[in-house]
Amino acid sequence: MGQTIVEKIISAHAAKNVHQGEIVIVAVDGAMASDTTAPLAITSFRAMGGKAVWDPDKCFLVIDHAAPAPNERISNLHVLMREFAAEQHCKLFEAGEGICHQLMIEKNIVRPGHIFIGADSHSCAYGAIDALGAGVGSTDLAAVWLTGKIWLKVPRTIKIELIGKIPMGIQGKDLILDVIGKTGIAGATYQAMEFCGPAVSALSLSGRISMANMMIEAGAKTGFVHPTGLKLPYTFTAELPDVEAKYHRTITIDAAAIQPMVSQPHSPDKVVAVDQVAGKKIHYAFIGTCVNGRLEDLQMAARILRDVKIHPHTRLIVGPASRQVFLDAVKDRTVEILLKAGATFIPPGCGPCVGTHSGVPGNDEVVISTANRNFKGRMGNPHAKIYLASPATVAASAREGKIANPLKYL
Amino acid sequence: MGRKQNIKITGKAHVYGDHIDTDAIIPGKYTKTLDLQTFADHVLEDLDPEFKDRVQPGDILVGGENFGCGSSREQAPLALKVAGVSAVIAKYFARIFFRNAVNIGLPVLEVSDFEIATGDELEVDLKAGAVENLTTGRRFSATKMPQVMIEILDEGGLVNYLKKYGDYRLQKDEG
Repeated sequence: MGQTIVEKIISAHAAKNVHQGEIVIVAVDGAMASDTTAPLAITSFRAMGGKAVWDPDKCFLVIDHAAPAPNERISNLHVLMREFAAEQHCKLFEAGEGICHQLMIEKNIVRPGHIFIGADSHSCAYGAIDALGAGVGSTDLAAVWLTGKIWLKVPRTIKIELIGKIPMGIQGKDLILDVIGKTGIAGATYQAMEFCGPAVSALSLSGRISMANMMIEAGAKTGFVHPTGLKLPYTFTAELPDVEAKYHRTITIDAAAIQPMVSQPHSPDKVVAVDQVAGKKIHYAFIGTCVNGRLEDLQMAARILRDVKIHPHTRLIVGPASRQVFLDAVKDRTVEILLKAGATFIPPGCGPCVGTHSGVPGNDEVVISTANRNFKGRMGNPHAKIYLASPATVAASAREGKIANPLKYL
Repeated sequence: MGRKQNIKITGKAHVYGDHIDTDAIIPGKYTKTLDLQTFADHVLEDLDPEFKDRVQPGDILVGGENFGCGSSREQAPLALKVAGVSAVIAKYFARIFFRNAVNIGLPVLEVSDFEIATGDELEVDLKAGAVENLTTGRRFSATKMPQVMIEILDEGGLVNYLKKYGDYRLQKDEG
């Protein structure tokens, strides 16, 4: 029987051929936890009787969700993480180095074919490079530290075929928002997604990461963008599905017809074309996060904001996804263009996306953000309204002070 | 976390709608602490600010579709558990929340169809996977959980399970 990508990768780790519906225990290739999830994981690990992690070279800790620490309570959690990393001899990425998912891919830690478990729901981002990334909570992660293994149910897969040519100015974010609008927030629950079709080969790595990252917003356990056309700084063998692989359902999307898309408050699946909400006054624009804080995203914003100022009643916060991204954007003067336009840069990290610090919106303020979630209260204030869009749309909106279609500037 | 689960749980129902996300269960701004009471103090704060004062030990939370969608934060089921919630019933759960709840020893039951109103007295039989609405006399059955989850829940959570067995074990019928 033919296999999907998720069935192939799990089979390779389970040392037998598996198919959807089976429950298996697999050895994993790596485990990551952030400052939201690591402290509880450390507590659980010790309570399990854990003394040493199964493989220090495969365990990664990242201080990114509230980094640098906004208060003493969180600073002390960071101290706990540093002490644990030192004691266990595992790698810790310090505050300011970047967002966990960006680092796992950028530093070539996650590789194609891996099963990589992250204590963060957006770990499905690793599907951008044909790895099985799955998000778990702290105690599951502690169990991986202890055993090097996890139990998984082999999910069925939704195939999403992208046909046609992606228009200029349309980013991976617009494509995934369109899909989430079609599937709904629970449309892929307990399932995997596979993006395939002729339009996939034109996608950049950055665009692929945006798409894989947000599969969880449709409920997906994991997912993949077919590696056709994928370029990585090392040689790799890509896992593709068998021709006769069995899919739960297939969705076909004409990429040529995709417009800039926007998610409306308070759910990522409340998706409309930007023109349907264009003109809505905004107070605050945010470009960054694990979805859209890469060089390509900042460059796109700079194209729209070159030699102009953002609208006077709007503020723009930019958070590069990593220190490397920040440095690259300094070198090619993207940072200069955005600063001159009126942007405020925050350190690489999750920043305002998780509502802890670095730009919490005020009551009744309208935010347009490149993040992945707009649940009520997500950015720290339940009385704010959050729209989600691509970096191009967020930059155009900052320029006009209202939600705007970016295509006229490109 | 905790002890062996009671087989039967009785409590009053608190009914909410579909797609209750983890930011609604515990906002991200309260998640960064090891003081578990903080989670309970802010449980469901943006959805129903009075819930934390109304909930009584043993009460049962009832949701609709896709309960617990969003973040991987284990603080969400912990907030409910520490606040006194003894079980969560929903039409179906978001995957990570479902795992997290079992891992911390909070019973979760997937019941595809039910008639339960806030204030109804419920009896949950974990072994039989059944929910009885004592107020109306109606009975509903839950989808069977994978054996590995039943065993984890049986031990009161994954910490106790691994402390006892040291590793995962699979039953033969699970392949």
